Amino acid sequence: MNAVSIATSASVSHAGGMGFRRVLGAYLAETRSECLRYMRNPGFMLPITLFPTVFYLLFGIVMNKAAGMDVARYLLVSYGVFGVMSPGLFGFGVSLALERDGGLLTYKRALPMPPGAYLLGKMLMAMLAAAMVILLLLAMGIGMGHVTITARQAGLLLLVGVLGVLPFCALGMLVGTLIKGQGAPGVLNLIYLPMSLLSGLWVPMNELPKALQQIAPVWPSYHLHEVGLVALDMDHGHVMEHVAILIGFTVVFLLIAARRLRRYG
Amino acid sequence: MNATSDVVARLSGAVKRYGQLTALGGVDLVLRRGELLAVLGPNGAGKSTSISLLLGLIRPDGGRAELFGRDPQEIEARRRIGVMLQSAMLPTTLRVGELLRLIASYYPDPRSLEESAALAGVGDLLQRPYGKLSGGQQRRVQFALALCGRPELVFLDEPTVGMDIDARRKLWDAMCALVAEGCSVVLTTHYLEEAEALAQRVVVMGKGRVLSEGSVDALRAQVPLTRIRCVSDLDAAMVAGWPQVASAEREGTRLRIGTPDAENVLRRLLYADAALSELEVQRAGLADVFTELTREESTLNQEAA
Repeated sequence: MNAVSIATSASVSHAGGMGFRRVLGAYLAETRSECLRYMRNPGFMLPITLFPTVFYLLFGIVMNKAAGMDVARYLLVSYGVFGVMSPGLFGFGVSLALERDGGLLTYKRALPMPPGAYLLGKMLMAMLAAAMVILLLLAMGIGMGHVTITARQAGLLLLVGVLGVLPFCALGMLVGTLIKGQGAPGVLNLIYLPMSLLSGLWVPMNELPKALQQIAPVWPSYHLHEVGLVALDMDHGHVMEHVAILIGFTVVFLLIAARRLRRYG
Repeated sequence: MNATSDVVARLSGAVKRYGQLTALGGVDLVLRRGELLAVLGPNGAGKSTSISLLLGLIRPDGGRAELFGRDPQEIEARRRIGVMLQSAMLPTTLRVGELLRLIASYYPDPRSLEESAALAGVGDLLQRPYGKLSGGQQRRVQFALALCGRPELVFLDEPTVGMDIDARRKLWDAMCALVAEGCSVVLTTHYLEEAEALAQRVVVMGKGRVLSEGSVDALRAQVPLTRIRCVSDLDAAMVAGWPQVASAEREGTRLRIGTPDAENVLRRLLYADAALSELEVQRAGLADVFTELTREESTLNQEAA
């Protein structure tokens, strides 16, 4: 009871002269603008959709015609995870780095934008982009790769993608607070591509050298891959453990990034 | 009129240091309702730091910054201000109307889209993507964004940089319309004629301190100089040696003289050069005052060193 009344009184005083509906409207407007501006930006949308779809087409569909259904499903998960990483890393990291450099973040801090709307807008944008990537891959897998999965499995994979983008948003945000301006895309690629390889998204885990297999659990993408495999009933491992580790990654990245953002702007 | 309740923004003894560098060394600044205050000063004078303190972007190391009697970092205080920053790169793929709708959504009682657009003269640009606009058009859009929330106080940081004369005049008119509505404006600018044309009060800053503050006329009176220009063959160095001549320099065929005693210098000038022509005599503008104030600052520092 106490907690509830404290929370409501805090939110009322927080809104000041502004009604709850208008504050909510500001969050919505921010999210809408963030989605619009990136969906209209081919420099952002093309790499995010083309990388995973072309890779999946080549290595997942064309080169695996003869392989069994399990391989096809495994690859759908691998490239799904690969595709979900980039809206998080790039959508958050590059845009934050550029907007810190270009003064947009300063401008928005000077404006009465509701706190958190900026990050929430970017987060929802990344989740939407992740959903698009997963839907594209599902369509390709079912239509061209003749992957057979149930509607429930497809829905779960979509859910894994939309929520799985969050640890990468947090990682991208951390990089965006460390690096300003044009240097960010390079650094993010240095994280994105090796991490994808090392967590078995391009080459199945058991074909990697033993040492790399052993360090794979340090990468968040490895855990997301495991969760994705569970979603398609390929694996029945400790799914909650992987989810907990992903949440842990997200919280740690987010805390460090928020701290830096508050200190240095 | 009660002077204290009319204060909309205030810096009192504000100090800001960046490591060894003191960006602001105790600045006092008061802005009243319905007033247009111009803040002038060379680069590094502390203008931007003062504005950043009032916007809550940075915190003072000493002293206080207040917006409407509150901490500028409180969102309630910032809901009453509009901002136009010099270097904000806005999203290029959003249309002007979308940007206006977004920024207006942050405020409790914003202007309608049409009203903001009309005030800033961007009504014909609403459907255009921001990135496709010219520099001057982008500045006008930024101005529209600054006033779209129906603010009581607007910060304009170098608003007319990159504008042609016509566009600048239009923006000046829009600023005057804002002030006539009772809105206060803080304007930083490099264009002294802008401050001269618009500001009721001018603050000149240098090296993190307020060098001078007052109306444009009061500022001018601080430096009682008159400018004399004429076509003459007289040696500038010689004229500079005359009593009561503050400065004399040559610009092509013309001679430029600054003096606090124009009548006597003119008499001597006409006597010395019978062929003198195209004579102009003008009271010192803000530019001269500004040069004088900031030069005193630098010579004082050289003496101290």
